[in-house]
Amino acid sequence: MQIVGSKRGAAPAADGGARPLLRIEGLTKRFGGVAAVDHLSLDILAGEFFALLGPSGCGKTTLLRLIAGFERADAGRILLDGVDLKPVPPYRRPVNMMFQNYALFPHLTVEANVAFGLKQEGLPKREIAGRVADMLALVKLDNLGARKPHALSGGQRQRVALARSLVKRPRLLLLDEPLAALDKKLRDATRFELMELQRQLGTTFIIVTHDQSEAMIVADRIAVMDRGRLMQVAPPAEIYERPNSRWVADFIGDVNLFQGRVGDDRLSVEGTAAGRLRVAAPIEAEPRTPVWVALRPERMRLTRGKPSPGLENCLPGTVAEIGYLGDLSIYQIRIADGSRVKAAVANSGGSDAAPNEAEPVWLSFSPDAPIVLTR
Amino acid sequence: MTAAAHGQPKRSLGQWLVIAVPYLWLVAFFLVPFLIVMKISVSQGAIALPPYRPVLDLARGWKGAENFIAGLSLDNYRRLGSDPLYLVSYVKSLEIAAFSTLLLLLIGYPIAYGIARTPRRLQAVLVVLVVLPFWTSFLIRIYAWMNILQRDGPLNQLLMALHIVREPPVWLSTDTAIYIGIVYSYLPFMVLPLYAVLEKLDQSLLEAAADLGCPRWKTFWLVTLPLSSSGVLAGVLLCFIPIVGEFVIPDLLGGSQTPMIGQTIWMEFFGNKDWPTAAAVAVVLVFLLVSPIVVFQHQAMRGAERG
Repeated sequence: MQIVGSKRGAAPAADGGARPLLRIEGLTKRFGGVAAVDHLSLDILAGEFFALLGPSGCGKTTLLRLIAGFERADAGRILLDGVDLKPVPPYRRPVNMMFQNYALFPHLTVEANVAFGLKQEGLPKREIAGRVADMLALVKLDNLGARKPHALSGGQRQRVALARSLVKRPRLLLLDEPLAALDKKLRDATRFELMELQRQLGTTFIIVTHDQSEAMIVADRIAVMDRGRLMQVAPPAEIYERPNSRWVADFIGDVNLFQGRVGDDRLSVEGTAAGRLRVAAPIEAEPRTPVWVALRPERMRLTRGKPSPGLENCLPGTVAEIGYLGDLSIYQIRIADGSRVKAAVANSGGSDAAPNEAEPVWLSFSPDAPIVLTR
Repeated sequence: MTAAAHGQPKRSLGQWLVIAVPYLWLVAFFLVPFLIVMKISVSQGAIALPPYRPVLDLARGWKGAENFIAGLSLDNYRRLGSDPLYLVSYVKSLEIAAFSTLLLLLIGYPIAYGIARTPRRLQAVLVVLVVLPFWTSFLIRIYAWMNILQRDGPLNQLLMALHIVREPPVWLSTDTAIYIGIVYSYLPFMVLPLYAVLEKLDQSLLEAAADLGCPRWKTFWLVTLPLSSSGVLAGVLLCFIPIVGEFVIPDLLGGSQTPMIGQTIWMEFFGNKDWPTAAAVAVVLVFLLVSPIVVFQHQAMRGAERG
């Protein structure tokens, strides 16, 4: 059973009894022999903000397009509220999509763009006008309704696209890289607006992104995808702190990886480039099994002198390079076997205490820092 | 725009020359000949060389110029209004041009749409195929149609063989033959501008329409057609304007009942040797056709402003 942790009170119930809004079973889509989506199964709960995260070409956009109905699956099923979507054409699915390039109709005004979907439902004119006005107010575009898309800024266009996809009150909103075209400042602000909007409306959002910080910030749960498969599905903190594989650990955030074997006491990993590493909890693998240890740079302590004598999990090295990022610096430490280990050091003043390049230093970390990975 | 308002840096002689070339071209090959034709249209016919008068005689100085101006009149234009032959001929030309342009649009749009939706590599081949007929002389192709449409020609042989008709129908010297010839000859002029806009049409717009609940046929009316309107307009004008003045096709394939305006001009020039009347017919035709071009320009400017 998946553990659904939530960052917010309004997030979906985590008990296993909740019926998923969207259920994907064994979904497969091939393009010329290459599986873009490969036997993928996934449940998404009502009200969730769900992120599909992966490198480009991992199949995340294809999965989104399969849900929207723009692609036909080669195998498997997509169930929305228990109803198989296979025979339902895209224009009858209670699902809306926000396109990466926004796909606004250039010949229609902002208002007409937003009203487009409601007109297809044949709603009375007054209701359409009211809902369009409400939606434009929600995305703070009330005074731009008469403009054409070309007369808007990138951020405004993004809002029109969002309004257009939400105005039909879909059961499920699909967002294909919705923030990719915005500049960094606007993107950061829009992320929080997107979360706010999702909480207000209670609509289930599925966002596709290649930007891990975006996924971490907005999503209740993240599905990490690679080559058409789900690598891990979990809340952001769990993905970061307990990745289930080397691939996920390496893809999410920065990480130092060491290869070794499980120690006889199952509380250590032996024979790594950093020597014997002690871990806090017993490793769930037989002794002598080859495993990988992942260590996040921010869990590494960097000191000039050797930490308190007898402390395990410490190793000497020399500073090879320092990458200054402002709030913190990334130190590249060359250790005994010549490989490099990354350590993140917060720049909280007193910079004269920080080691300089070519200086000998000690790296140390507590036993709960290493993440032992069996695959 | 603002740069022009605030005065641009001075242009060099070379830049002026580059700008002047198209203007010089238009003056030399459009404006001057057109003024000559306009002058002939206000002259009177004469059995002389050239076959009209007055002719400006500068050797006689001011007197010559005065005689020249006194000799001009609008009689020819009055005649165009009084003789129904010309009116009927204009109407027939506009009717044939309008109807065949509609046919061209109905046939050309699906072809252009089909080409724009085929895989990229195939598109280039299809576009070449559309233009391929141009590699044969236009006149030869029309003569070929004369052969095809003959009483015992391939078309009737086929129709008889398929038992679609019992008696071979008459094709040549009918308006049907004119339509066949025109639609066949002008199709590339309709397909190419339509293809150019349809090929650029963003496919995600069609997906967005479907996503918002629009079935495919409705998406065509609400999205595809409005967004290809500039191509429709270009294709319509590229076909309509030359078809109005078309001479060869109606002359070779059409009958002798009602001449199109091109045939009327030819008849006046070469049959009746009445240059002034022919020139007046031609001038009126130019003004008839200039109006749609002005509309087109206006639309194009608005399109450019829209970006």
